Amino acid sequence: MAIEIKMPALSPTMEEGTLAKWLVVQGDVVRAGDVIAEIETDKATMEVEAIDDGTLGQILVEAGSEHVKVNTVIAVLLEDGETAADLAALPAVASEAPAPVETTSPAPGPETPPAPVTPIVAAEPSWTGTATSLTVREALRDAMAEEMRRDTAVFVMGEEVAEYQGAYKVTQGLLDEFGAKRVIDTPITEQGFAGLGVGAAFGELRPVIEFMTFNFAMQAIDQIINSAAKTLYMSGGQMGCPIVFRGPNGAASRVAAQHSQCYASWYAHCPGLKVVAPYSAADAKGLLKAAIRDPNPVIFLENEVMYGQSFEVPDQDDWIVPIGKAKIVREGTDVTITAFSIMVGRALAAADALAAQGISAEVIDLRTIRPLDTATIVASVKKTSRLVTCEEGFPFAGIGAEIGMQVFEQAFDWLDAPVARVTGKDVPMPYAANLEKLALPQVEDIVTTALATCHGFRG
Amino acid sequence: MSVKADSKRKRGPGRPPKTVSAGINDMPPTDDLVSMYRDMLLIRRFEEKAGQLYGMGQIGGFCHLYIGQEAVVVGLQSASKPGDTVVTSYRDHGHMLACGMDADGVMAELTGRAGGYSRGKGGSMHMFSREKKFFGGHGIVGAQVPIGVGLAFSHKYKDEPNVCMTFLGDGAVNQGQVYESFNMAALWRLPVVFVIENNQYGMGTKVTRAAAGRALADRGMAYGIPGRQVDGMNVLAVRTAALEALAHCRDGNGPFILEMKTYRYRGHSMSDPAKYRTREEVDAMRKQHDPIDQLRELLKDQDIDDVRLKEIDADVKAVVTKATEFAQTSPEPDPAELYTDVLVPLTDETLMAKV
Repeated sequence: MAIEIKMPALSPTMEEGTLAKWLVVQGDVVRAGDVIAEIETDKATMEVEAIDDGTLGQILVEAGSEHVKVNTVIAVLLEDGETAADLAALPAVASEAPAPVETTSPAPGPETPPAPVTPIVAAEPSWTGTATSLTVREALRDAMAEEMRRDTAVFVMGEEVAEYQGAYKVTQGLLDEFGAKRVIDTPITEQGFAGLGVGAAFGELRPVIEFMTFNFAMQAIDQIINSAAKTLYMSGGQMGCPIVFRGPNGAASRVAAQHSQCYASWYAHCPGLKVVAPYSAADAKGLLKAAIRDPNPVIFLENEVMYGQSFEVPDQDDWIVPIGKAKIVREGTDVTITAFSIMVGRALAAADALAAQGISAEVIDLRTIRPLDTATIVASVKKTSRLVTCEEGFPFAGIGAEIGMQVFEQAFDWLDAPVARVTGKDVPMPYAANLEKLALPQVEDIVTTALATCHGFRG
Repeated sequence: MSVKADSKRKRGPGRPPKTVSAGINDMPPTDDLVSMYRDMLLIRRFEEKAGQLYGMGQIGGFCHLYIGQEAVVVGLQSASKPGDTVVTSYRDHGHMLACGMDADGVMAELTGRAGGYSRGKGGSMHMFSREKKFFGGHGIVGAQVPIGVGLAFSHKYKDEPNVCMTFLGDGAVNQGQVYESFNMAALWRLPVVFVIENNQYGMGTKVTRAAAGRALADRGMAYGIPGRQVDGMNVLAVRTAALEALAHCRDGNGPFILEMKTYRYRGHSMSDPAKYRTREEVDAMRKQHDPIDQLRELLKDQDIDDVRLKEIDADVKAVVTKATEFAQTSPEPDPAELYTDVLVPLTDETLMAKV
């Protein structure tokens, strides 16, 4: 059966081109890969190679022809043993491109199916047993140690995590208990060890990768987004990447712009990641254990200033706090205040100050940024009709912007005032003490904003 | 002022890297040679068909063909052992076929159909098979290298007697993360062979315009990683070098670098007019160094006759024809697939399971 040679598309956007020159004549023997013609488009001249062995039986589009549509038959190749007489047996060769073949698509449906609602796994655990006062630092360490005892596939890797006992002492004691095979000091090589972690997760281990701070994770963001977050999707579900990237995030004290930034909205932007930012030690422990057990990549945002603060933590090895569930840390009726990480403490302090002025604020600790527990926020706003969001990060395209939009979409009719944001200022973090204080959202900012929301818009 | 590559660059310090060409001492059995021939021919015919389908508009986006480089992955694979892992970047169709992945599934992924390895969601550059130990198929130049080191880390961590073969191009060798990877692999003596497929051009930039130093095989010198320069157009030379490198890694000596001197006949991607090199250069490589022609001649010397060779041709052609038909008839993914595989679903049971 003679082989049809068609006008090729040389790029995804090419629809037609000029057949500039034939480099073979009828009767020539060609091998697959031989250049047989040149084609010009508005972008380039390209060579056309034979795709099969044979003898050129007939040229159907002459050299110099312009506007030759892609997929037009331009020549016919005879296979071994065929002669020109066989050409007669071919169906009349169309000079125009054939209609595109109908693909066997599924029955037509809506163009874009609705996005599924992310199910929230596991109910909030309640605890009535004994509890111990632990710092956030100790709670994080206990979470890692317990998960390493539970599963030998879990290992911890990062700069100064082993012999130095952690730059912020979060991994203190882990080397002694688990040895150098599972608690691994790396060179200063963020992109390298983040990528190594992703490969190890593909190799069915459970890496916990510590960034000394999330500022340095910028060196590794390609591996986090392109390799860790997207591969499950790009592999049609084959290649899960169970990995935790953890470390301090947000503003530290007097370290200036390159060491003081909240990255919550950066990671929360990307499908394929979970993003967690706990406040209390109990949540830090329960959420880190959940993150290590999660079959997906989890960004676990800690806060340096919080490491030394103490909270009651349940005395239970299986203390797991489910990812994706916010927590109402103070009930109220007049205004909802959302916060995460260190800002929860400031929101609670603001709620105290507001109470003194007769305003009852409900404070929600988001705990997880992605998937965001929108249901809890919306339910609260339907009760209070007012919303103030708090974060240390920059205002533009921040978490507050997203929460505001979700509330507009889901509870617009319940709002008595515009959603208001309390954020870090829209500047790189300054070093000078007075400027740094101005750049960061303070308790008074939350109080002022909440008051304006309540008083300015009495419904 | 134009900057020219230093003409003295060939005279670097120290000894030049060892080179590996085909030796007759390690001639594999004829059956193995036939199998390597078939594997290379399958890649060649598959890629030619992929190029054709691209020309017909049935394959979209980027499509990087492996034609000319077949000996590299087939030689490596012939020296590997079960359980060894493979990772590469986006010129990856040949690696998948050499790993034993089904041509139907690879071709159907190229056409973006539900029957593809990634169910149509990855395309040419992003395919994987845990079963065949192929870990991608990565689209960012150089990003596969630390991932390969991570796979090697997992082999060592689990005390598996395996090696990760991490492929990268002559373009990728200038990415910083490659050296971060060399350092960690050498520091922790991880079982990884870095296979640098030096096909002479990173897109349109000749390697001499992009890479300082004498040889890419030397790039691990500072980390104490041994390197060999290999005739990557000769599958037996590749196999010989691969056996040495894999044994080195398997014996716990840490990583090894193989620089494969190879050549791609086609453009960087389908839309590359390849004006940075002459037709004569391409033709000379094709006529004098073609890996498939070389092995065919060797097979003839080993009394494999034309009839047998034609059988292999026909067999390979049938595989590609079947793959093409499958890739054209497999349905597009169901619209509901848009939202699947973003996250692995998590249940209370898996969260609370005992390990």
